[in-house]
Amino acid sequence: MAKGRVSIVVEHCKSCGFCVEFCPSHVLALSSAFNSKGYHPPHAVHPEKCSGCDLCGMYCPDFAIFATKTPGAKEGDK
Amino acid sequence: MSDRLITDIVNAGVNPVDHILRTDRMPHIWCPGCGIGTTVNSFARALIDSKIDLGSLALVSGIGCTGRVAGYVKLDSFHTTHGRAIPFATGLKLANPKLNVVVYSGDGDLSAIGGNHLIHAARRNIDLKVICVNNLIYAMTGGQTAPTTPGHSTTSTNPYGTFEPSFNLPHLVEAAGAVYVARWTTFHVRQLARSIGEAFQKKGFSFIEVISPCPTLYQRRNKLGDGLDTMKYYKEKSKVRHGAPTGEVGLTMTGEIIVGKFVDRDRPDYQTMMRTQYCESLGERFVEQEEMVCS
Ligand SMILES: Cc1ncc(C[n+]2csc(CCOP(=O)(O)OP(=O)(O)O)c2C)c(N)n1
Ligand code: SF4
Ligand code: SF4
Ligand code: SF4
Ligand SMILES: [Mg+2]
Repeated sequence: MAKGRVSIVVEHCKSCGFCVEFCPSHVLALSSAFNSKGYHPPHAVHPEKCSGCDLCGMYCPDFAIFATKTPGAKEGDK
Repeated sequence: MSDRLITDIVNAGVNPVDHILRTDRMPHIWCPGCGIGTTVNSFARALIDSKIDLGSLALVSGIGCTGRVAGYVKLDSFHTTHGRAIPFATGLKLANPKLNVVVYSGDGDLSAIGGNHLIHAARRNIDLKVICVNNLIYAMTGGQTAPTTPGHSTTSTNPYGTFEPSFNLPHLVEAAGAVYVARWTTFHVRQLARSIGEAFQKKGFSFIEVISPCPTLYQRRNKLGDGLDTMKYYKEKSKVRHGAPTGEVGLTMTGEIIVGKFVDRDRPDYQTMMRTQYCESLGERFVEQEEMVCS
């Protein structure tokens, strides 16, 4: 079980790429799909690697991404 | 993933900072890759981590892109006039000394039109937490040269490059008397949150400078790329030097950025000095007001 789960509020994203660049576990990539404003929100390409550290959430200037720790996931779980 | 339109929230849950934001006003006006939102994220996390009573807080902004912060936080907040965030905040603090008063504004607002207030609030050691988002420019009005614009930058008012020396803000406020002075960039999200938390522990004038990208008006005109390129530059060129002499931390356009906590000292704040003086001069005739109440 992944230690964390990342959520994306796709309509608020402006495709700056901060979350993709600074995720320490390389979980994210910008999607080729558009939101209604024409931006490409990120999506999780490696959700199983997410640690739930929420660094993506701290970097996001648009409050469009955040992560939570998975309850019950053990240290060492990836 | 295919080129379809996606409109839903992928996964569910609540952003841990949502209760500090006016989510009904999102998406906000800031440009893609603007750093101001990232600073708000660190600020919100500092409030959560320090378990500060949100009801005891007031946030005061001046005018500018950064000044818009006042409109996006779910706190008692004031969007004041240009350059006057510090005088408004001073009034709030004097009338209600129990309030935690935060000033959140831009480099132009705080150090150009508001520069006089900045140095005197530091000199008087008014108990304010000042967060200065320094994007090196007057952003909101179209990218004019600010007192913080580094030499040789191209701006709308200096199309052939700036030539006047710029302010080194940590040096300025230290010289004027601030008790806490730190600088981070928008790359240093955790360190920034920690510094904001530390400033809440201080009594007196605290100043935190955050170097932040303005891709639309500063980076673009200077061919420095977009917000992400600027974040990578911050990552690569920042050096953490706690306690660095502030005279040595001036900024250039593309050079090293010295970050860290530069000043952490104690001296009596304005209200303590006032109380001491009045108690000495007036004795029992001095009656302290806990809080000014309008009736
Ligand atoms: C008295 C007055 N003078 C000038 C202006 C125009 N003005 C609005 S914002 C601004 C500069 C803002 O720069 P800064 O504080 O750095 O904020 P930023 O937009 O860069 O975040 C100026 C000159 C004004 N609103 N009021
Ligand atoms: S929570 Fe951490 S590991 Fe998970 S996507 Fe965000 S930055 Fe990456
Ligand atoms: S940091 Fe936020 S706005 Fe930027 S790409 Fe990621 S989700 Fe979108
Ligand atoms: S103009 Fe610059 S400072 Fe203002 S919102 Fe856009 S990027 Fe941010
Ligand atoms: Mg500015």
